[in-house]
Amino acid sequence: MTPSTGSDGAFRRVARFVSPVDRGFAAIVYGGSFLFALLIVGLFVELVLGSWPSIVAFGPSFIWKSSWDPITSKFGALPMIYGTVVTSFIGIALAGFVGIMAAVFLADFAPRWLAAPLSFLIELLAAVPSVVYGLWGLFVLSPFVRTAIGPLLQKVLGWTPLFSGPIYGVGLLTAGIILALMIVPTVTAISRDVIAAIPRDLREASMALGSTKWEMATRVVLPAAKVGIFGACILALGRALGETIAVTMVIGNRPEISASLFAPSYTLASVIANEFTEATTSIYISALIELGLILFVVSVIVNALARLMIWSVRGST
Amino acid sequence: MRSFVRWLTTAAVAVAMTLPAAAATQLTGAGSSFDYPFFSKAFYIYNEKNPNVTINYQSIGSGGGIQQFTAKNVDFGATDVPMNAEELARAAQPVLQVPVALGGAAIAYNLPGVTQAIKLTRQAIADIYLGKVLKWNDPEIAKLNKGVSLPDTSIIVVHRSDGSGTSYIFTDFLSHVSPEWKSKVGTGKSVQWPAPSSVGAKGNEGVAGQIRSTPGAIGYVELAYVIENHMSAATLQNRAGNWVACSADNVAAAAATKPAVNATNFSIVDALGAKSYPISGYSWVVLYKKPADSSRAKILYDVFAWLVGPQGQSYAKSIDYVPLPVNVQNAASATLRQMQR
Repeated sequence: MTPSTGSDGAFRRVARFVSPVDRGFAAIVYGGSFLFALLIVGLFVELVLGSWPSIVAFGPSFIWKSSWDPITSKFGALPMIYGTVVTSFIGIALAGFVGIMAAVFLADFAPRWLAAPLSFLIELLAAVPSVVYGLWGLFVLSPFVRTAIGPLLQKVLGWTPLFSGPIYGVGLLTAGIILALMIVPTVTAISRDVIAAIPRDLREASMALGSTKWEMATRVVLPAAKVGIFGACILALGRALGETIAVTMVIGNRPEISASLFAPSYTLASVIANEFTEATTSIYISALIELGLILFVVSVIVNALARLMIWSVRGST
Repeated sequence: MRSFVRWLTTAAVAVAMTLPAAAATQLTGAGSSFDYPFFSKAFYIYNEKNPNVTINYQSIGSGGGIQQFTAKNVDFGATDVPMNAEELARAAQPVLQVPVALGGAAIAYNLPGVTQAIKLTRQAIADIYLGKVLKWNDPEIAKLNKGVSLPDTSIIVVHRSDGSGTSYIFTDFLSHVSPEWKSKVGTGKSVQWPAPSSVGAKGNEGVAGQIRSTPGAIGYVELAYVIENHMSAATLQNRAGNWVACSADNVAAAAATKPAVNATNFSIVDALGAKSYPISGYSWVVLYKKPADSSRAKILYDVFAWLVGPQGQSYAKSIDYVPLPVNVQNAASATLRQMQR
């Protein structure tokens, strides 16, 4: 968490690996971390190799073309990139707000007898298989969006293109809500731990200065915990970007870009899940693998941006 | 990546193969998920009758099945669409393609308040899926359903989002009845759906669920799924001009009109015949004409001769698959006999 300081460097110098047991341990920790690096590099190389025929055939226009026609072998990824990014951001916007509020409540407001079972229940959400979320989304949430949430949003905000057009029930918004439900445990659990780790002194000092509990939470605790909370959101966003089955069942699977959040859309992971098993021609398979490559790159870019934002946040405190 | 996928599935199949002790002959197959419930049942029965033969079938999709078969990782493959020339060339050996089961696609819909089965012509279905008919009370639908109060709601067109044999049969049907569909869209397991209000759903259960939860929706669902879930389906006008319901008998009737079915001429959509249901098609098993291991070849032949014969097909019927008509059973057996064993 803290940037390395002189004393940290000194610690590193002193704690050299000397005995055979230490060396063995060193080999394991080094090996472990290199294994992960190797895995990521290997994955990237394999994706590039697999998508090479498609990269050669379609060139960079693959990224901004928006037709997806397996019969004439015309492939473009733009609608899926759009769908992936939009659903993930709806998901993180909803889950971030609700999840952080829940974390503040659990860490600072809830009585102890309530906090423990409540945290347990929220974390239990993470254990629900995604296909269950998908089915629930299809049979319960999407009719609810079509008959209740959608018309309400349209009534209030229908003048913006975001909430215009017919409401199908399935689409960007429904997929975003499902994603929010799936990633809220990650946001809440990590944020709660980060908030709980904020020194008591800070809270006591703020109370001593006469602030209310609410002022303490919003003006002292949350700013102190923001880097950690941001990290929690990034972790959650990563899950949202790659989520496949639940999204496939509620997004409507239409490779089209539409301004309305009620419109059906498509995500990179969904296309692969839908079409990989029955793809027969080699260029088709290669195009699907290139979607995987793009998903990989999108995830890397999102993570890198998040890193930059964390650095800038840290700089300002 | 392709080789990696192949390696992965090979590994999976290899693991699956080594699990039971090699006391009996174990045949392995992979492919179509449409065939999976039928194969599970039929191979279970076959094993009860012939305890020394077990058959392990991996339901990994037709594309994967053909890949595994071409790589010789499995004894047989199963596919909803026969292997084409490119795929046969990759196999580099003569391949026998045998029809093993029949399927059809029912047109299901959600019209609150409409109790009787609606009627649709082939052209009306094509126009709906082309996005030319957008409302339920469009004259093209209304004139076919006099006395039915069709609502003034938009038609939501539902299709399969996952690559599937059912989509293949349905788009094959549309290509046959509409030149415009043929030139604009074409036939395939995944196509670019042109209707402006189309929604893709995963699997039969996804399409059925989407239709059930969306008033004004229409979609195509695999026949066995419709029968088992007691869904209502449209009555269609076939090429002979008769109105036919989607039933196992009417699908079999369509198949019976064309006994000389083979891997290059297999389409039975929009078939002639008074009872023929127009959206019907076969599922296939692919075998090498000369399997590498001749002792297995004999067993392989026995299994599939039984499966396409009256006995095996009777189990298809018991779980709501459409059994092959007798003349197609004979044609399939004749193809199988070419196997060197």
